[in-house]
Amino acid sequence: MAIPIAYNFRNLIVRKTTSIMTALGIALTVAVLLAILAMVNGLRTSLEATGNPLNVLVLRKGSDSELVSNFARTVFQDLKFKDGIARGPSGEPLVSLETISVINLPSLEQPDGINITVRGLDLVGIGLRDGIKLSAGRWFLPGRREVVAGRHIAAQNPAAALGKKLRFGKGEWEVVGVMDAGKGASNSEIFADLNQVGSDYNRLEVASSALVRAVDPVALDALVKSLQDDPRLNVAAKPEKEYYAAQTSTALPIQVIGMFIAVIMAVGSSFAAMNTMYAAVARRSREIGTLRILGFSQSSILVSFFLESLMLSVAGGVLGCLLVLPLNGLTTGMLSFSTFSVINFDFTISPRIMMWGVAFAAFMGAIGGLFPARMAAKKEILTALRDI
Amino acid sequence: MLRYIPLVFKSSMRNRRRSVLTILSIGVSLSLLGVLMAVYYAFYFSDPTPEQALRIVVRNKVSLVNYLPLSYANQIKQIPGVVQLAGSNWYGGTYKDSRDSKNFFGRFATEPEQILKVRPEMKLTEEEKKAFIHERTACIIGRQLAENLGLKLGDRVPLQGDIYPGNIELTVRGIFEAPINNEVLYFNREYIWEGLPEARKGLVGQFTLMADSPESVPRIIRTVDEMFANSTVQTKTESEQAFQLAFASSLGNVKMFLMAICAAVTFTILLVSANTMAMSVRERVREVGILKTLGFTREAILGMILGEAAVISIIGGTVGLILAGLLCAGVRRGPAYIGQLKTMSMTPPVIFTTLAAALVIGVVSAFTPAYGASRTSIIDALRSTD
Repeated sequence: MAIPIAYNFRNLIVRKTTSIMTALGIALTVAVLLAILAMVNGLRTSLEATGNPLNVLVLRKGSDSELVSNFARTVFQDLKFKDGIARGPSGEPLVSLETISVINLPSLEQPDGINITVRGLDLVGIGLRDGIKLSAGRWFLPGRREVVAGRHIAAQNPAAALGKKLRFGKGEWEVVGVMDAGKGASNSEIFADLNQVGSDYNRLEVASSALVRAVDPVALDALVKSLQDDPRLNVAAKPEKEYYAAQTSTALPIQVIGMFIAVIMAVGSSFAAMNTMYAAVARRSREIGTLRILGFSQSSILVSFFLESLMLSVAGGVLGCLLVLPLNGLTTGMLSFSTFSVINFDFTISPRIMMWGVAFAAFMGAIGGLFPARMAAKKEILTALRDI
Repeated sequence: MLRYIPLVFKSSMRNRRRSVLTILSIGVSLSLLGVLMAVYYAFYFSDPTPEQALRIVVRNKVSLVNYLPLSYANQIKQIPGVVQLAGSNWYGGTYKDSRDSKNFFGRFATEPEQILKVRPEMKLTEEEKKAFIHERTACIIGRQLAENLGLKLGDRVPLQGDIYPGNIELTVRGIFEAPINNEVLYFNREYIWEGLPEARKGLVGQFTLMADSPESVPRIIRTVDEMFANSTVQTKTESEQAFQLAFASSLGNVKMFLMAICAAVTFTILLVSANTMAMSVRERVREVGILKTLGFTREAILGMILGEAAVISIIGGTVGLILAGLLCAGVRRGPAYIGQLKTMSMTPPVIFTTLAAALVIGVVSAFTPAYGASRTSIIDALRSTD
């Protein structure tokens, strides 16, 4: 026969100071884990939301990222006429030659400056990014020294707010618009006219990369293959989605460090939970003896104390979830190793990672509760009753 | 007061299992605090090596990936106090499988003769130096890197270019020992410059300068930046240490991250310790009553309970320090993403701060229960059955 859960619940309430302190320790451990997971989750969400499933990113062979790629205009002319490339309303192929550079602007989080990607592209290039909408102002005009800032950049970097003038390359650029890429990574970029950027950085003949729209998903695979295998072009092609998804590895160091910290804290918290449960068992010796006399078996005592430890730690886990909840939606930035510039994203606390947090807490409670529960179950009835 | 010490020790081991669990709990958490403090210290407080104190790095103001014109070298060399100057370029590229983090290391195309003068702490034999300077495809690597990759003198290092087109093959002609920056590869920039289009030839990633004395460093930094303030390409000049720190902080808000986690860890330890002391005191109310009847004063009882907490937390702190030392050694063997992490260790200031933190946490956490116990009246204390 099982001992009613209410018994354990009331016991936790009676010893409320100890219970709260133990639960709080577990809550902090869970909070640290969840903060890291929310960060990684936010970055992943942002990168996965970037790119159109029909777009192909073309880099020079041997380049892992757009920043280190060199893409000659002559190659671009040849690439335009590949089969399987979608065409716009007036029949022009939907391909975009782009130049990437990095500038440094002070941000709210980092007043010393943070790297930001500047992307030179033309109107076709903007058209290829259908997820991006203008949220304020207007697009830059071809031939003008104007830029459109991603919404995170405009918000986090006061120097790049609408109407401000930026200094980079060979002079000043006016911020004429703010774009909203939903959750996408373009929120952390600045867009400007291809030829203007090219002439400022002496990159008119050699740009960085090309973005190509395939007709349909079937044509996409064929297009990637034919670009890859063309010895004349000497390029590496990748679906745009895949390129961005691969950048999730940026979060790997943080993830590893975070997990490591969480595990160490968890070891500490498990010991603390064990301490609390041993004390609970010691103080309730007589109760245990009484329960045994009433006919509860050793195993139900074991289960009862084990459950009590689980209840305590799960309460801590839930508390931990509540502690990190205010972080949800908060924007932060991280330097991406592949673009060498900041990528901004929102802490995203999903029900899934909250479940992970509670499971993690339950695990701590299980480890901490097992031995004390076993000790409780093994108590001799007579000695237990005689204890004070 | 001193004669109470044996009693303090005895009562701190009165419930051995609880003390051991508390010590372990505090120790494990404090090891984390110790490591985080070692990181913090390595980042923000470590003293520069004598050579580092003389070195200055000049780069493009816009960002690390923008270049400086080669012609700046001659102008900078004219500044009084600048003794040596070496230009170097981040080569990038891929060595073997880029997915293996051990294949990620700094690769710089530089001026061999100059880099040896700017970094005199790199110890090489005369022949090694000669080969590095005269052989076009020669490279030198740090001892640690050589060990990580299993490279020895004469081995070939194939690199796949990205920033610079084409693949290159270098030959290891020297393996140097250096107190820091042991996981770097230097090779002759002429090797990659010769194949470049004219427009990309005279572009340098950064200039490393050597000043005549640490005192002239701030002045040189100011002079360089003023010199190019009105040029199209402006410079950002910093001491080498500040430059490395700037790189680390570009990874994200490191300071804030460290602070937040330190705070969470400290608070957790405080909770654990307070919990233990509260349990321990509650069990002994009757004992306190007996001590009082025997004539122990309130202050003595307060002191003894606080002392007990201090004993447990200091032992926990020591356990933590040992664990932290092991963790630091582990971090030093990790991949070379951030130079500073290679130098982190449990230095005396870090050890002192960690132990002080342990002591403060112990005493603070015990204060409330200890004060409560010392104030209980003898009658109440003796009557207590809990």
